[in-house]
Formats: sequence, structure tokens, C-alpha cells
Amino acid sequence: MGIEGVGARVARKEDKRFITGAGRYVDDMVVPGMKHAAFVRSPHAHAQIKKIDVKKAQAMPGVIGVLTGKELKADGIGNLICGWMIHSKDGSPMKMGAWSPLAFDKVRYVGDAVVIVVAETKGQARDAAEAVEITYKELKAVVDASKAMDKGAPQIHPEADNNLIFDWDIGNADDTAAAFQKAAHVVKMDIINNRLVPNAMEPRAALGHYDKAEDHYTCWTTSQNPHVARLVMSAFYNVAPENKLRVIAPDVGGGFGSKIYIYPEEIVCLWASKKTGVPVKWVADRTESFLTDAHGRDHHTHAEMAFDKDHKILGLKVETKANLGAYMSLFSSATPTYLYATLLSGQYNIPAIHANVKAIYTNTAPVDAYRGAGRPEATFVMERMMETAARQFGVSPAELRRKNFITSFPHQTPVIMCYDAGDYAASLDAAMKASDYAGFAKRKAAAAKKGLLRGIGMSCYIEACGIAPSAAVGSLGAGVGLWESAEVRVNAVGTIEVLTGSHSHGQGHETTFAQLVNERFGVPLDSVSIIHGDTDKVQMGMGTYGSRSGAVGMSAIVKALDKVEAKAKKIAAHLLEADEGDIVIENGALKVAGTDKNVPWFQMALAAYTAHNLPGGMEPGLKETAFYDPSNFTFPAGCYICEVEVDPETGTTEIIQFVAADDFGNIINPMIVEGQVHGGLAQGIGQALLEGAHYDNSGQLLTASYMDYTMPRAGDLPSFKVSTSNTPCPGNPLGIKGCGEAGAIGSPPAVINAITDAIGSNDLAMPASPSTVWAAIRATTKH
Amino acid sequence: MSDVSLMVNGKRVNGTAEDRTLLVHFLRENLGLTGTHVGCDTSQCGTCVVHVDGKAVKSCTMLAVQASGSTIVTIEGLANGADLHPVQAAFKEHHGLQCGFCTPGMIMTATDMINRHPEGLDEATVRAELEGNICRCTGYHNIVKAILAASKTMSKASKGKARQAA
Repeated sequence: MGIEGVGARVARKEDKRFITGAGRYVDDMVVPGMKHAAFVRSPHAHAQIKKIDVKKAQAMPGVIGVLTGKELKADGIGNLICGWMIHSKDGSPMKMGAWSPLAFDKVRYVGDAVVIVVAETKGQARDAAEAVEITYKELKAVVDASKAMDKGAPQIHPEADNNLIFDWDIGNADDTAAAFQKAAHVVKMDIINNRLVPNAMEPRAALGHYDKAEDHYTCWTTSQNPHVARLVMSAFYNVAPENKLRVIAPDVGGGFGSKIYIYPEEIVCLWASKKTGVPVKWVADRTESFLTDAHGRDHHTHAEMAFDKDHKILGLKVETKANLGAYMSLFSSATPTYLYATLLSGQYNIPAIHANVKAIYTNTAPVDAYRGAGRPEATFVMERMMETAARQFGVSPAELRRKNFITSFPHQTPVIMCYDAGDYAASLDAAMKASDYAGFAKRKAAAAKKGLLRGIGMSCYIEACGIAPSAAVGSLGAGVGLWESAEVRVNAVGTIEVLTGSHSHGQGHETTFAQLVNERFGVPLDSVSIIHGDTDKVQMGMGTYGSRSGAVGMSAIVKALDKVEAKAKKIAAHLLEADEGDIVIENGALKVAGTDKNVPWFQMALAAYTAHNLPGGMEPGLKETAFYDPSNFTFPAGCYICEVEVDPETGTTEIIQFVAADDFGNIINPMIVEGQVHGGLAQGIGQALLEGAHYDNSGQLLTASYMDYTMPRAGDLPSFKVSTSNTPCPGNPLGIKGCGEAGAIGSPPAVINAITDAIGSNDLAMPASPSTVWAAIRATTKH
Repeated sequence: MSDVSLMVNGKRVNGTAEDRTLLVHFLRENLGLTGTHVGCDTSQCGTCVVHVDGKAVKSCTMLAVQASGSTIVTIEGLANGADLHPVQAAFKEHHGLQCGFCTPGMIMTATDMINRHPEGLDEATVRAELEGNICRCTGYHNIVKAILAASKTMSKASKGKARQAA
């Protein structure tokens, strides 16, 4: 490892622009002639649209256009789709209802877009939006997935009887039933995974520009995957063919999953630009983000785990109702199925598993992948069950887990996944040591003297990243391949550009990807540029989500670097009159091994472009492309331990310490990896203690601003103790697993296990707000 | 429309704005200073913090016309030419930013916080004083570290100056 190579704690190249105010986000973009859009949105959760009257709005100052869904439909713009086909257990395909980018006959959640207003200024667009008169006939709404299939519940889409989208099974029901027959103990729980709002700090935005002379569209958008956006808008939404549509995702202020999806607004802004003849910019305000960004989680689960008399797990049964909201978002069907139920084996040897998932429409915002996507829900089920089992058996939670750990690899679970490598005991030991688990009893006694309830809880999570072999996901219903592309361009002066289909919106790719190049060729980081986020520059890519940019995106770069290295060595061997096999790259030069004969990197590059003296038959230039399709998911895993103090008088929880011991395989930049863990932990702790999206029974979102939705603040969190161990991933050339989501996946059960340990009651909902904790304490004690 | 006259990052700026124009929109749209961000509608997130007459202010809580006559420093004006301000340098060194969207507001808040605490800062104080700035990426861990480090650097620098003056 050099000072800028793989494994080095290098400060980020991209920071300069962000700390000086020179970042370029979509809202910072200005195109000549650009105007501003506001959307008129449904105030009702469920209603028929009787009439839309735009006359008053059209006459308002500065108004350029007021456009409706009927006009959009007449122009042939298509409905939004879900890109992952799930079949129910009876073999029938999922029941997807129509989602028009602008609703014209019916609205199905508060925030559903109905009309776009384009005006000279943002203020004028909003004024005119208020003047649009829409007559609705209100219908009964349902917001709770556990009630949406009840008799008498409103029917949301004609395509989905009883609001059931699919009824899906995984695992083996007979084997699982047989396992429960043999059980000495059965642990049963009802578990709710609370609905969250992702809340990237940059609100979603879109700037659509139609160039009439070229018949060409450009879309600047807050996207984690601009190429997928272009593909979907071309192939399914009929906005424009791919060669006439450029999608640019410039600096993007956080995503956490919510910016994977293609939303109505970018489609409508592009279409409206053509209709009005001006570039159209829309930027969400925060309440629009709360109402319309895809939400996360919202599972209702009943789980049962069977143990033998020695506390070894025999089987697991899980039934989950997943709330998908009012429309099926782009990957909404995959999140509660293949990203959730396939992880229900946790870190444990479980001979038989059977899970059933019902996906259900409600009159709420669409629900899709949010940091962790399915895996936090699976981990919460498993780790609440294990902790509960340990309490019921009166055994150590650590030892119950240890007894059931998977210890030999590869390990085929009963739910598709084949774990390739891991050492779960190593993470457990590291976390117990770092948290001084052995000394907890003393600390608890000391807290009790102060009148405080001290508790400790752990969570041993596993997740699946680097999604995944294209053929495998294709066979499971994915509408896209899940590979990644890279292009490495060596310039004539030896500097290097790497074009990647991954997208950085905080992950630090401009630094870590450059570290790979530095490691390989010795070129300083400053001479390496990473280019991403523009469909005109990067040919194709699948983007960033599911912690895939390391395991998949960087592996593609490695493949392209291999090709560059091979050609560079051929050129050097020719220049040095040596054998190609004897060339090594050291300290920025290509050398004949064991001699002092060398050609500096930049001279080799220059030779490639002057082409005066290349090996016979070799093409000039030095540029290589690679597509990398992974052979398996990767399986990061670890152990988190949370210690809390609860004030029984107020129900307030303070996190005294939080320890994370993760195995991410090999690491490119430890500083960035730690940062990813910190951020994930904050989101997971936020879910456990503070955050929750609440709709009232009429479908109004009660938590639609930062006044009402509790975002974790600095004062809510401790500093974290993080460490890593390493079992390299055998499935990719770098041996890396991915670290982007682990913190959010592993932490919620650790927090809830700690609080329930402190208060002596196992029944506690998330978020464990002071009132919830206080009520749980009151329910178990006599007052 | 009203006239707005400001001193922004050391330069005199005159313009007109609708009466309802917020200071943040005037900075972004009239002056092109897009480093100051808008992350919410309720003055909670702190991505729009600038210095108005030496104090950290959420520029979404103030009308442009109200600010007329004030001296304003935005993130674009914090560095001394090519030399980063110590708080900017500390955010980079300690990885106190990821997506960068909250960063300008964080840095402006942190600078004000350090200036108000010449006696130095501790972790609890930093966390309490960050109440008005939300970050979704970093879990605050490295932001707190960066602010504590910058506070030390700045206090050393001011002691050094004091010694030189003596």
C-alpha cells in the first residue's frame, strides 16, 4: 500500500468543492430561458377527479403553461412501472395498478401529482398552482396494510382485488412444519418495522430541457442511477428514444435509496419543456419530499422460531404484510421479497425456513428500498427473536447466538442465499471486548443507584450486497441486469480518466476509485479523475444502491485496469526491447524486472498516442472498457452492541455507548468506510428511537415536516466505537463486500434489545420515544 | 419590489427583490451564490446558515429586504483566498462531510460556535449547539470531531497572535 493506494486513509478529492460552496446540485443549475414549475397535488388520500379547471391559473401573472394528465396521456407518455416481476405462490403475476405521472381520473394518496404549472418565477408558479380548481369526490381511504385486505376496505386499484399485489412464498413449508413438530421450545413474536422517510438533505429536483432544433432532451435530476433513468424513460415512458435523451445527475445531496426511482416529476418536466418551449425546473420543498419520496420499511410480521432442547434452531416461520403504498415504485416488489426473506437465515444454521409475504396497496406514499432495503427488516425479525429466545430460556444472548452460528463456508441457506465467507464469532468477540460486555453488571448496578435503568443489547446481522449475477436476478424477476461498466482512459501525458456507471452522492468514489488506479500504476491521485453521472459521457451503468459500487463498480474498474496494464506492458516491452512477461510497474515507471531499464509511465502513454514506435499490428491509443457481472452477492456481517440508560420517570433513553464490529472484507479507504458506518448507525438508531412516518386514518401524513418527523440531531447520538475484521470476499477481484448499509441494518435491534433489557419488558414498538418507553415501563410495574 | 443593498463577502451588492423574497433566495438566485442551500421549509435543517453582521443566521428566516444594510459572509467568502478557513480544513481532514449538502451550513454554524467559545469546546457543547443543523450522511461523529479540532487550531492561532502582539 502506498500513501495514496488501496488501504490508505486518504482525505477526499471531492471535498474542496463542497467545503467552499462550489458543489453543483440540480437546484444550482441555470439554463438560458429556464422557467419554474410547481405541482398541484392531491389533498385527499383517495378520491375521484370530477373536474379540473385551469382557466384562472392560466390568467395569473407570469404563467406560461398549466398542463394536465389528460394532455400527457394524449401525447403518449406512459405509466410508471415496477421493474421487478414477482409471481404469487399460485403462479399468477403481481397485480400492478396503473400509475400515470399526472393523475387524471383518480388520486390515491395525499401528494399524488395532478397538474403542473410553469411560470416565470417559482413564486408565480406556486401562486398559480393555488388557483387551479379541482373538484374531487372523496372516497374512503386505508393506510394500514394490516387492514387493507379486510372486508369493506376501499378498493384502490381495479387490477388488485382486495388490494393484494402478490402473495409470495419462499423456503419449504413441509420441512418447516416438520421441524416445529420436533421442537422443544417455540418462540413467537409479532413485530412491526416502522415506516420511515429517507430524508436525503437535498430535496429531489428535476430540470427538463427540450431542444427543438435538435429534437433532443436533457434532464438534470437528483438520481443515484442516471442511466437507469434514461433507460426507463425511453423504453417505458415514451419520453424520447435513448439517443435523444441525455440524463445528468450532477452532485447529488444524499440518496439512501430514495433517488433510485424514476418519479413523475422528471418525466413531467421533460414533457412540459417540449409543450411550453422553455426549460422547466422543479425543486421539491421539504413537505413535498415527505409526501412523495418513496418511503421505507412498513412491515407487519408474525414470526415463530423452533428450538431443540439444547437451544439449537430447528426451523423458522415468518408471515409478513408489506405496505407498498398507493403505487408500485420501481423496485418496490423486490424489497420485501428477494432483499428481505432471503436473509431470514441470519448468521445461523437453520435447517428449515418458510416465509410468506403479502404485498399490499394502501392510500399512502409509495414504499421502496431505503438504506438496507429488506435486510434491516429481516435483521430486526431475527435479532429480536434471538434476544427474546435467550430471555425465555434464561441463557446468555451471546452464547445462544454463538451456539447457532454458521461456521463453515460456503453455506447454502434454505432461502436461496449461499454465504461465501465469514467469521461471525470474530465480530461477536470484538464487539463484546470493545463494549466491556463482561463489566456490564457493575455499570448496571451503578446506574441503579442513580435511579436509572441500564440495559445492553446486541445484534448479529448479515446482509447481502453487490446485487448480483444478472442471470440470477433475471431468473428471479428483475427487469434489468445488475452488472457495472467502467472505461479507463490513459491520456497522452499519462494522466487518467475513469468513467464509471456507479454514481457518487456522498460515498467518496472520486477518491476511492482513484486509489485503485494509484495502487496499480503509481499515478498520483491528483492525476486521476473519476467521471460519472452523465449518460453522454459514460455509455451505460446500473448506478449506486445496495452497497454495490465497491463490489461491482470497482470490480469493473479492475477489469478495465487489467486490460490497460496488459497493453501498457506490451508497449513498454517493445520500447525497452524486453520480454513482455518481464515488465513490472513500480514507482510510476514500467521496468524490466531485476534491471534498471525502465520507461516512465507518461512516456509509455505518449508512445501509445504518437504511435511512432508501437509493436507490429497494435492499434494506437490507450483506452479500455470492461463490463463486470458478479458471480454472487457479497455478505457483509457483524455484531453491534448498544448500551442505554433509561430514566423511568420520563421514559427518556440515552445511548451510553454504541459498538460496531463489522466484516466488510478488504477495505480501500478505512476513513470512508468508517464514515459510512457512522451514517448508517445514525439512521438505524433514528429508526429505533426517533423516526416514524404517521398517517391518520383519512390518509393525511401527520409527519410531513421537520417540525413533526424527528430527524436524529447531533445531541441524540453518541460518538461511535467502530472496528472491522476481515474475511476477504472470494467472489470479486478486490475481496470487498460493501459497507454502505450495514449500520442501518444492524443497529435497530441492538437498540431495542438494550432498552427492553433495561426496562424488563420485551414489548416495545419503534420508535421507542419517551412516551412509548414510559408506557411500556408503566405496563409492567405497579404504580 | 424593494431595493436591497448588502455587503456580501467583502463586496457591495445592490439589487431589487420582491418583498417576499427570502435572503437565501436572494443570495442564490440574484447573486448566484449557490453554496448556501435550502433543505427544508421550516427553518429546521440549517443548510442555509450564513453570517449576518458576524452572527450565524438561517438565511431562510429573514427577508432579503430585512437584511438590507447588513454585512454578510457566505460559505463562498469564508476562505482567505486560496487558504481554507481552519473549519473548512478540519471538515476535510476529519471526513466531516459526505454528500456535501449540509456542509456549508454546518461550517458556517461551526465557525460561529467556535468564535462564541474562545475558552474552547467539548463534545457535549458541540452536539448541543448543532441542534439547528441536520446531517443525514455522517451520523455527526466526524462533524463533531472536525469542530473540536478546528476549535483547538483556532485557539492556538489566536494565542499565537496574542503573543505576537505582546
